[in-house]
Amino acid sequence: MIKFLLMINKQGQTRLSKYYDHVDVGKRAALEANVVKCCLFRKKEECSFVEYKDYKLVYRQYAALFIVVGITDDENELSIYELVHNFIEVLDKYFNRVSELDIMFNLDKVHIMLDEMILNGCIVETNKNRILAPLLALDKMAES
Amino acid sequence: MSDVVEKTLTALPSLLSLDSQPGAGKLSSTSKLGQFIRNITELTSKHEEEKLIKKELAVIKDQVSSPYTTMRQMRELMVRSMYCEMLGYEASFAYIHAIKLAQQGTVLEKRAGYLAVSLFLNENHELLLLLVNTVLKDLQSTNIIEVCMALTVVSQIFPKDMIPAVLPLVEEKLSHPKEIIRRKAVLALYKFYLIAPNQVQHIHGKFRKALCDKDPGVMTSSLHIYLQMIQESPDSYKDLVGSFVTILRQVVGGKLPLDFNYHSIPAPWLQMQLLRILSLLGREDQSTSETMYDVLNESLRRAEMNHNITYAILYECVKAIYTIHPKAELLEKAAKCIGNFVLSPKINLKYLGLKALTYVVQHDASLALQHQMTIIECLDHSDLLIKRETLELLFRITNAQNVTVIVERILSFLRLCNDDYTIIDLVGKVAELAEKYAPDNEWFIQTMTVVFSLGGDLMPPDIPSSFLRLLAEGSQSEVDDRQLKVYAVNSYLSVLNDDCSHLPQRFLQVISWVLGEYSYLREGLDQEEVILLLKKLLDQRGVSAETRSWVLSALTKLCRGSGRAELALAVAESLSSTLDTVLRQQGHELRHLIQDGSLHARVLPQPAPANSLEVDSSLSFLDGFVSDALAAGAAPYKPPHQRQEELGQQRAPTLEPYALSLPMSLSSCTVTDRQSPSVLSMSSGLSANSTEPSQRAGVATLMLEGVKRVWGKEGYLPQRDTSETPATVEEPSDVVQSSHQQVVIDISQPEPEPEPPQLDKKQQLASSLFVGLGSQNSACLLGKTEATVPRFRRKPHLNDASSSGTSERSSDSSHSSHSTADSFLYGGLLEEEPATPIQSSRHAPQPIAASGSCEARQHGLTVNGVDENRGGAVVCAKEEKRAHPTQLIESDMVRVRPNALAEGAVVPPQNCSRHLPSTSSCGSDSEVLKLPFELQNLPHSDIISLISDSHLCISCCRVFREDALLIVLFLSNSTEMVLCDVALELSCEELQMGSLRGNVMESMAGRTSSVCHYTVFMERPHTHVPFTGTVSYQTQPGHKHTLHFSGKLTTADFIRPLVLSTEEYGKLWLSFSHDVKQNLRLLTDAGDPLIATLNVLKDCLQLHIVDIIGSEGIVACRLLDGAPCLMHCRVHGASLAVWLRSSLSSFPDCLLYHCQRALQEH
Repeated sequence: MIKFLLMINKQGQTRLSKYYDHVDVGKRAALEANVVKCCLFRKKEECSFVEYKDYKLVYRQYAALFIVVGITDDENELSIYELVHNFIEVLDKYFNRVSELDIMFNLDKVHIMLDEMILNGCIVETNKNRILAPLLALDKMAES
Repeated sequence: MSDVVEKTLTALPSLLSLDSQPGAGKLSSTSKLGQFIRNITELTSKHEEEKLIKKELAVIKDQVSSPYTTMRQMRELMVRSMYCEMLGYEASFAYIHAIKLAQQGTVLEKRAGYLAVSLFLNENHELLLLLVNTVLKDLQSTNIIEVCMALTVVSQIFPKDMIPAVLPLVEEKLSHPKEIIRRKAVLALYKFYLIAPNQVQHIHGKFRKALCDKDPGVMTSSLHIYLQMIQESPDSYKDLVGSFVTILRQVVGGKLPLDFNYHSIPAPWLQMQLLRILSLLGREDQSTSETMYDVLNESLRRAEMNHNITYAILYECVKAIYTIHPKAELLEKAAKCIGNFVLSPKINLKYLGLKALTYVVQHDASLALQHQMTIIECLDHSDLLIKRETLELLFRITNAQNVTVIVERILSFLRLCNDDYTIIDLVGKVAELAEKYAPDNEWFIQTMTVVFSLGGDLMPPDIPSSFLRLLAEGSQSEVDDRQLKVYAVNSYLSVLNDDCSHLPQRFLQVISWVLGEYSYLREGLDQEEVILLLKKLLDQRGVSAETRSWVLSALTKLCRGSGRAELALAVAESLSSTLDTVLRQQGHELRHLIQDGSLHARVLPQPAPANSLEVDSSLSFLDGFVSDALAAGAAPYKPPHQRQEELGQQRAPTLEPYALSLPMSLSSCTVTDRQSPSVLSMSSGLSANSTEPSQRAGVATLMLEGVKRVWGKEGYLPQRDTSETPATVEEPSDVVQSSHQQVVIDISQPEPEPEPPQLDKKQQLASSLFVGLGSQNSACLLGKTEATVPRFRRKPHLNDASSSGTSERSSDSSHSSHSTADSFLYGGLLEEEPATPIQSSRHAPQPIAASGSCEARQHGLTVNGVDENRGGAVVCAKEEKRAHPTQLIESDMVRVRPNALAEGAVVPPQNCSRHLPSTSSCGSDSEVLKLPFELQNLPHSDIISLISDSHLCISCCRVFREDALLIVLFLSNSTEMVLCDVALELSCEELQMGSLRGNVMESMAGRTSSVCHYTVFMERPHTHVPFTGTVSYQTQPGHKHTLHFSGKLTTADFIRPLVLSTEEYGKLWLSFSHDVKQNLRLLTDAGDPLIATLNVLKDCLQLHIVDIIGSEGIVACRLLDGAPCLMHCRVHGASLAVWLRSSLSSFPDCLLYHCQRALQEH
């Protein structure tokens, strides 16, 4: 089960957060700060998974942006690691070379794409065309 | 409109290939959102952030409530609010506007509104109700995009209570022409299944349709539901194995459209999902597993590409192969795969390999041997996670021989670790290993000392209390125990002599308890020294009040003797003015005890008798006080659950008697299904719960000990036992008990494989780590279960022993008895079988004081009994017909046969039928069997046919002897042939059984009968006890036939009247500690309700009515000739308040259950 997905930059600022179990708004900041602490200072040769409380964190770095996924122990870490990459590929396809700013300026759209991929902590779609379809349809309608 | 959308959707692929989305419309820098984001990126400190967001929130708040804000602006405002919330600042004022936006906006705004709702609100937020109408409207929209959004939000958050409102609409969408709608509908149903499984009970068929959908996406989404359902009950979905295998084969074979590929691997996440499902289905099921070997092999083969995602698939594959029924060829491949992982230079893969290995060693420990050097390397890896996973692996392969090395490794990791979760986890594991495999006392105490000092006050309290209990209860050997205690005292003294200011409170508590309890065991130790040390502890700063009180109780135990008394007195004086009232009280007690030596000796006897110290949990010594108070007009005590019920009753008056009304009325009106196996298992589960306190740890019920033992042998991680055992097979117990020296020898022993004479350090470590696994080298594919021999085998009675000395840990069996009472009530609710018609015609067996006159009376009765039974038989006939022949025992009629009909022990049936009058219960055409002469005077049940085949007919009769239940089995040969080698076996797990005679016969002539006796004893009451039996015989040499039968016994079969006088009753009453109170139904149909009710109970359950005075009655019975149970009944309004007491904890519950049954039946 996926518990949360965070996008945090090197300065520790949250760029996107999605929780699949309810966490109080007040507690999220503290959790994110801890998570960043766990992932930011790891060396390249260390593995991309960290223990955090009773979760495992799977993180992957793209330029200055970290994507961190909190999962339960029964999940396959490596598959989540690749899921993150799939997500980035989707963003890349949509934004055409995605950057941190794209994500910031289009927070709602990134969320919409994420909602297509992960629902209730389950991976529900990994086919890029299908992930993008609803959003592209929305864009199309907004244009016309 | 919708046409446009449909076209858009179908044209999507071409749209995408154009790759013409330029950043998808970046926001202009002039927009407010753009400005806000710019500001955010320029933030440098937390303080600035706070200022900015506060300002922003104020602006947003102002604008959202303005009537002039357009929907477009509103959308922007929502995104800004999302930002604020994301940064940790609540924007609750925006919630209602998000809902409004979802309701009123056009497509893009609507989506933003829904998105905001799903981000802002949680499942239980009350505003969510306002969304329902919008969702309903959108679900019925002709615009696919709107339907999509509505379905998405429904599958994210939706109020549980409103599911029925949208369910039909969602269901309808399952047959929508567009795949995306079908897919989302399935996901919405999955969500419903998660939060309210009952609501989607009826659409399981549609799930199957979704699984077979022509679109792979729809099929994929249905797998989530199946994974969930299969986890819950794998057996119900075995028929789908074929489909899953076919799907996986097609996916692996590349039959999906290309866009499902990820880095040219076809739908990897779908593959993994399928593998998980298959492993659940194939677990412990050979035939199912066989159907999936091929496809697993195929997956392994296809996934040989060098990419992370293929490794992820391989990992699932390996797990599946080790989970399902093993196949050597696949296991070999899987093992090779794990080897590749573990040896990989890529750290992520190495981790995954270790994780797989950890999973696999519980099935095949020898695999750890193959990779021992890698494991050793990983132990010293710089990455903490790798280290941690390696320790987890070692934990699983620990056995008595490598325990010292492994525990040392874990402890050294712990010393450097500062993560609370890891510490708690590992400390628990060390404690578990230490208790299970400790090679000697010294090591055990030392290890626990480290555990206590490292675990600190984070440690779950179970560890110290379990440790103390182990010390107190001891193991089987006295000498060992004493040694253990003395060693603990020694090492704790030296701990206290050092600086102990840094020690955690929990440890100090343990130390003071041990010193207080056992320091006298050490010879030559001046107790004054101990007192001084403890006094120092008491004065030390940073010691909590709780610890001080532990120290004080230790002092209280030690203060005997002149010099010590003075020291202790000084302590007591110094406490007389402390502000802590608890300490002051303890100080006060201490002073009193010092001054009164005899009192001290009585309260705290020196060799604290761990077992003989009875905790009178029912506080029976207060009975005198209670009866005085009652006499003075006080209201009788009611247990909490009863009070609650009465409160509930006051609120909503019901006309039925409470407590029993629900379960009983249910059980009597449900259509009965006696053959249902759930009935049997249900009742056996019940009986296990109610009686075996030691077994409770495994069952999730209230524990008798009062202290939860999460880390016990069975408590923590229920599967642990099976996972551990492979590592420890073939260990003679003397090895387990081996001394430290022996372990050292083990370490230096070379491994089975020839090693060069110079072992380097790592190899030495390896040999000490993996010792004991070698014997496993030979193929051991299945989870084998050979019990480990824990060093500290606890004594079975956990109940009261631990509470010696520590007053706050008194056990509360009164609690537990309530809980069992509740469980009976609960059981009644679920039980479907019709209540036993025991009382219908059972005759009282002779009371203990049976005399000649009694016998005579009984004879008179028996003669009538036959006639009465003819009437009774009509009533019961229905019951009998319905009952399964093999389970008849419960519903038969009981009668005593007239003496006059007695013949020999074995009567040829055909003779018998001529002699007998036609009143025989078996019907005129069947053979009539008779009890052996010596048993005919005893009260007994009817003879019922249990089972028969073409040759043999087995019947059964229960004879209620005073000291036992006699099961008499009649075997009658219904053919003319001679049957050879007739052997009968009867077994029952819960009961003691003895065969008296006749269970093996070399031959049995045609048309003859033979009788076997079994005596059955019940030591601890069980409500129902199933028994099983087999008969085997040969018609001709080599032609073996076997007949299986089963039946059920109840406590009622084992209850015998206990005849005693009122005075004796009174004395006995005060001596029992286990009691249960409950209200029973009062029979008001005839005469005096109390007498009528008691008579019914007496007739059904063989109770002896001792006395009836006014509105109170006292009744006594016992379990065979063993433990008595006393019952005090009092008419209380329209019900009968009964109070049962017994020396056996579960007896009152059991008896109460049968009383309820009996009254209900009446």
